[in-house]
Amino acid sequence: MTGSVVGTGGELVLFWVIAPLMVVAALALLFARKPVHAAVGLIFVMIGMAFLYTALEAPFLGVAQVVVYTGAIMILFVFVLMLVGVDAADSVAETIAGQRWIAVLLGLGLVSVLTGVVVTANLPDAVGLEAANELTNPVGVAYEIFGSTVFALELVGVLLITAALGAITLTHKERLSAIRDQKATVRLRMRAYARGEGSQVLTPMPAPGVYALHNAADVPALDPYGNPIDISVPRVLRIRGQELDPSSVDGHVAQIAGGTFVQPARVASAESPVSQERAAAEGARAEGGDADLDAPAAEPAPAAPAAEPAPAAPAAEPAPTDHEGDDR
Amino acid sequence: MTLLHYLVLSGILFTIGAVTVLVRRNAILAFMGVELMLNSCNLALVAFSRVHGTLTGQVMAFYVMVVAAAEVVVGLAIIVSIYRARRTVSVDEPSLLRN
Repeated sequence: MTGSVVGTGGELVLFWVIAPLMVVAALALLFARKPVHAAVGLIFVMIGMAFLYTALEAPFLGVAQVVVYTGAIMILFVFVLMLVGVDAADSVAETIAGQRWIAVLLGLGLVSVLTGVVVTANLPDAVGLEAANELTNPVGVAYEIFGSTVFALELVGVLLITAALGAITLTHKERLSAIRDQKATVRLRMRAYARGEGSQVLTPMPAPGVYALHNAADVPALDPYGNPIDISVPRVLRIRGQELDPSSVDGHVAQIAGGTFVQPARVASAESPVSQERAAAEGARAEGGDADLDAPAAEPAPAAPAAEPAPAAPAAEPAPTDHEGDDR
Repeated sequence: MTLLHYLVLSGILFTIGAVTVLVRRNAILAFMGVELMLNSCNLALVAFSRVHGTLTGQVMAFYVMVVAAAEVVVGLAIIVSIYRARRTVSVDEPSLLRN
């Protein structure tokens, strides 16, 4: 055995904890069914590499490994995986007969050759990097990069710019049709309407009903005759059968919808204060004023005359404010 | 603690990457195998840098990283454009020159 002992026992422990995990994670590349799992395994390998670099007295490369490989390259891989479809399954059909077994055999041969070479090679005793890292490792690496290999660094800059331009060029897509702006959309819609195709409602869809006890999107609004307007409920809810009947959310609405609604002229004492408030609010609205939310609705409001037709689609009832319940 | 550990690990990872390139039919997975091979070479470079006591190996690993970044950008762009044209990322499908 060659390669003298450098480092500490702690490094040995670190290595034997991380290296087997890295090998297992790398095997995910071979055996994972889904490409995303393989990508996660590879990310684990990259982070393990960063640990090992730091243990090998190369903290600058450890940081660069995390930043460049896990932070940029692997993210790009995952991004493209999501772009082309995560379920892009591997086909198991072999174009070359027995290629898989040949590849595994060659792989075993390669690993045995590499290991044999490394173990039997006559390596010099390891020097260690204490002297080279005297000015801290990043400074030493910087002297090397910007000193003896500065021309290579400039070439790498050119390479990076070229790669960015190449990626833009390769993924560029010519526009084959004109941009459809709002005007064109409207024109197409009107044409379809004239032909009797598509939606036959040119205006925006009516909003769903808003009631005192229910204002979600699943109850229809009421038209002036008290009938529910079906298209005021979103299409998806209608298809799923989640549309509610207005009468099921509010008894008062049920009266309107059933045509049996009578405007409460003189509020009977049997009426609950809630319906008094409602009548008060409606009376105020019938006179053209908006029911004041802040005024305590305890005082009986002027009741609307009985001849007054029933209000159209019930608008939002004033929400009961906190101080309304104080005097009850 | 000898540096042989690192070199053997590097060899194992290199082999896994190479076999991945050979057996996986998904272009992105094969590409990941290439990345794994580059990483294992980097590990060997850094380990040898420690053997020799100079930082040259680390600088080489740094350059490998930068070139790998450029390579991934272009390679993934090619894969995406092939996917756009043929709706597949399998390396067997685009056999236009056969027959």
